[in-house]
Amino acid sequence: MNLTLHVWRQKNAHDKGRMEVYQARDISEHMSFLEMLDVVNEQLVEQGIDPIHFDHDCREGICGTCSLVINGAPHGHQKATTTCQLHMRHFSDGDHIYIEPFRAKAFPVIKDLVVDRSAFDRIMQAGGFVSVNTGGIPDANAIPIPKYFAEKAMDAAACIGCGACVAACKNASAMLFVGAKVSQFAHLPQGQVERERRVRAMVAQMDAEGFGNCTNQYECEAVCPKEISVEVIAKMNREYLRAATKKS
Amino acid sequence: MSTIASSNPPSTIPAYLTTTSIGKKVLMAVSGVIAFGFVCGHMLGNLQVFIGQDQMNHYAETLQNLGPMLWVIRLFLAAAFITHIWLGILLKLQNNAARPVGYKNETTQKASLASRTMIWTGLIILTFVAYHLLHYTARLTNPEYASLLDGQGRFDVYSMVIHGFSDWIISAVYIVGVGLLAYHLSHGVASMFQSLGLNSPAWQVRLNRIAWFFTILLFVGYASIPTAVLTGCLTLPGGGY
Ligand code: HEM
Ligand code: FES
Repeated sequence: MNLTLHVWRQKNAHDKGRMEVYQARDISEHMSFLEMLDVVNEQLVEQGIDPIHFDHDCREGICGTCSLVINGAPHGHQKATTTCQLHMRHFSDGDHIYIEPFRAKAFPVIKDLVVDRSAFDRIMQAGGFVSVNTGGIPDANAIPIPKYFAEKAMDAAACIGCGACVAACKNASAMLFVGAKVSQFAHLPQGQVERERRVRAMVAQMDAEGFGNCTNQYECEAVCPKEISVEVIAKMNREYLRAATKKS
Repeated sequence: MSTIASSNPPSTIPAYLTTTSIGKKVLMAVSGVIAFGFVCGHMLGNLQVFIGQDQMNHYAETLQNLGPMLWVIRLFLAAAFITHIWLGILLKLQNNAARPVGYKNETTQKASLASRTMIWTGLIILTFVAYHLLHYTARLTNPEYASLLDGQGRFDVYSMVIHGFSDWIISAVYIVGVGLLAYHLSHGVASMFQSLGLNSPAWQVRLNRIAWFFTILLFVGYASIPTAVLTGCLTLPGGGY
């Protein structure tokens, strides 16, 4: 199939940037969206044009590195799918496809479609961990965990940290991501020791990075490739209120 | 690339509530609950106009006789209202700043129109409330109301309301005003539970229904009064308006 791509091009962080139009020819419906961009880039290189820069790594939908806002939806309109797992069969010959970077003050564009998501890393550094200072690996079954809590924690831990929630949110809020990270520990015995400190520090860091405030519109949940539920945001709000009443 | 942002986690309860995004949302929700509670109570009070002049004026007199207590309640409501408006504007400005460059091609997956227009319905409600206070509470827009007294020498709220709503422009302003208030709450009532952490996937569906239930209830309840006056269902004690 043949497609018309409208792609955001931006030389560097300081460039103003603009949309450019490219033709994608002879695209197979079996290709993934990123493979389609690889083909377009080969054509661009042949024409002496700087290839389109975009983030990718595993191309298996598990690492959270790929991004892109495709026709107005982060990772495209296909439900529960990362861009690397989005197949071209969901498009038709002659389509116009708009490709833009994730947009948020806290995710500045580095080049073209590549944005700097290190704000997420700093939020994790602030509290997204369990401190274990010494000793061998504990036996997996040594700490009994009720199935209900194990499942809640696993649901939250499915987050791959791609940032689509921020990109989709009308306020560029990171609450689905931070909510998932807070919840995955709050449900488990291992997470109890640093429970209050964690939510305090992660929320404060999230705000310091310049993300917006959640207005409970749930755009994030709708686009999340891992279908993280906004119940993690409610959980984080509870954790936060709980921490407010404790000394730490 | 970007510089390391340093954060300052809260340590006291006031800091928890005022310095972070979640804290501000909690205050937004709590002030919203207070305003919502008032709006429901106020509607029940107003609906007594349908029982008759005596009941309505008696109710109004009872409220006036609260004396200093009335002022305590008024100041409490004003504090909640000011907190709500102040934070509503502040959060909106922060949210706009969080996305300096927007999308060329933006789509909406599930955010309702009401949720996307909260600041605008809010600001219109604010103007409406200001007019309403000048109109029926301070009676500055229509000073002639002040001389209305009923047979028992009480202030005649009943007749004031009928005189007020006999002007269809004033009635239209009230119907639009309460309509937008109800619409604000179609998102607000569901949203405040989530902000306070009281939500789950099963409850989310119910909360949306509950919010719409109140939206319709409040709109019908409030709008029924000007409508009844305009259609001649509510008349002055001697008939007519
Ligand atoms: C009697 C009048 C009002 C009532 C009953 C009311 C009620 C509510 C409620 C219950 C919420 C949900 C809180 C939450 O999201 O946690 C809310 C949100 C909001 N209100 Fe009001 N409100 C009123 C007036 C106003 C006014 C005058 C403004 C003007 C600035 C305003 C602006 C907002 C904004 C911006 C939000 C946040 C929307 C969001 O987070 O999605 N409201 N309101
Ligand atoms: S490239 Fe790893 S999730 Fe898409």
